[in-house]
Amino acid sequence: MADGSIEHRRASPWHSLRVGTWLGWQIESNWANPQVFLIYAVMRPLALTGILVLMYAAIDGGSFDSAVLTYMFLGNAFYIYVGAVTSGMGWAVVQDRENYRTLKSIYSAPVAVPFYLIGQGIARFLTASISVLIILAVGIGLVGIGVTLGDVNWPLFAAALVLGAAVLASIGLGVAGLMLLTGAASWALGDLLASALFLFSGAVFPIDVLPEWLRPIGLALPITYWLELIRRALMSEPYQTATFSAWTDQSLMGALCLLTAAITLAVIAWFRWCERTARRRGLLDRTTGY
Amino acid sequence: MAGRQLHKDTGWRLFARTIVARAYPRVIGQQRERVWMVFEITLPLAGLCAYVYVYRALQAPAEFVGFVILGGAMSAFWLNVLWAMANQLYNEKQFGNLPLYVMAPTSLMAILLGMAIGGMLTTALRAAAILALGTWMFDVRFAVTDGWALAAIFFLALASMYAMGMMCASVFLLYGREAWHLVHAAQEPVYLVSGLYFPITTFPRAIAIAATLIPLTLALDGLRQVALPASAASGVLPVRVEMALLLVLTIVFTEAARRLVGYMEYLARTEGRLTDPHG
Repeated sequence: MADGSIEHRRASPWHSLRVGTWLGWQIESNWANPQVFLIYAVMRPLALTGILVLMYAAIDGGSFDSAVLTYMFLGNAFYIYVGAVTSGMGWAVVQDRENYRTLKSIYSAPVAVPFYLIGQGIARFLTASISVLIILAVGIGLVGIGVTLGDVNWPLFAAALVLGAAVLASIGLGVAGLMLLTGAASWALGDLLASALFLFSGAVFPIDVLPEWLRPIGLALPITYWLELIRRALMSEPYQTATFSAWTDQSLMGALCLLTAAITLAVIAWFRWCERTARRRGLLDRTTGY
Repeated sequence: MAGRQLHKDTGWRLFARTIVARAYPRVIGQQRERVWMVFEITLPLAGLCAYVYVYRALQAPAEFVGFVILGGAMSAFWLNVLWAMANQLYNEKQFGNLPLYVMAPTSLMAILLGMAIGGMLTTALRAAAILALGTWMFDVRFAVTDGWALAAIFFLALASMYAMGMMCASVFLLYGREAWHLVHAAQEPVYLVSGLYFPITTFPRAIAIAATLIPLTLALDGLRQVALPASAASGVLPVRVEMALLLVLTIVFTEAARRLVGYMEYLARTEGRLTDPHG
């Protein structure tokens, strides 16, 4: 730089990912004192889990180690990741654009924006992990759901978790692309998607109970296979559902890989199109008073 | 304007006009943002469907589906109380409107009442849509045993919930930035404690009785007993007792709201801190 030349730095995906993760963590964990953070990160998901447990108790009474309750409990616990990452990545765009007013600066800086947003998703995945771990601890330790740590299929669990994180990042990037184009309704789009995925993926019930014409939607969603794999890896006694009882772990993993790859490719094209459109229409620095 | 006397309302007329004036933007705002209304109906409906399917997976009796539908409709009011009442003064402070409210030559209680009435009217439409769609989709059969009791519980429930929202508006304003998180903390935990989707008697009796301090609990339990006769036996208290408790809660919350809003106004005027968006 001493000779007066300007150093042109290319946007490094790794650097952008790291910065996005760090910033996301700061935003997610630093907005309140730790007690409020704990109330927020623990009370809400625990309450939702409590509702499910009490719904079960109202019908079935006694034994909490039944396969059906464990099935629902685990789906509900791991679904926290879905809401946190998919809505969170979309919300990051809205916050950067309208609250912090930094989106235009991010786009004019040497930042690989998709990786920056994935970094924000990773931060939310990490904060969601606190909630998931606490819920699992409560479930295993207090409620007594049917999960025995010694019986867990750890390789399957790890593989499913990594693939799940990848598919959530892809869906989150898709939502973030949509947020680049939408204004006042942005606040609800991520939540709406998370609610739809909650319903159709059978997060808290087997998709067999959905009307027959709605089941194909569930089968087209990678989240459905991801949650099924997580449950199979963790549950001591498997819960057989009509839809998946004939599926092996390998076939579930294959379906998840295939859908993840397809969604990732589609999302890359979608996000590029959204970025181009947002630039052309001058949407990157607008405020809609969300 | 020379020679013409500007008419100024005072007393109860001013109070009533302030209520109408503050309720008006709530009702009109809904007409202008119809897409929000679509989201506000579809979002809870999607969650509600999931809980209906949980009961179907557990092969629960039909009245439990009715529990979920009623819970979904009443949760619309609870969310409105939290976000558009309890959190509203803090929002107004952020937008810079709160100084105008404090300076205006009218009662802050009238402004809060206007917010409450406007919120009730707009939310009633959403709740009705959730109730109608949920009933139609899942073929729920409500059988109202006493129409007057149903109406009384419903209106007392709204009065007590919105009175609680008026009270919390001043409390949350004093909490500042963390109010937003308090609102979040009062969502799902209250759904759990009030038995939004399950009979409150699933809890041990002491907890169920303690939960009746939350108006939503009494509202849900009373409405279920009157509209779903099969669940009458699972009520935590007799319907008339629940009505009386809702009335008491309404009076207590309204008086608390009046005192707190007075204190908030005093702080705003003497310290000038509460109305500062950066304070």
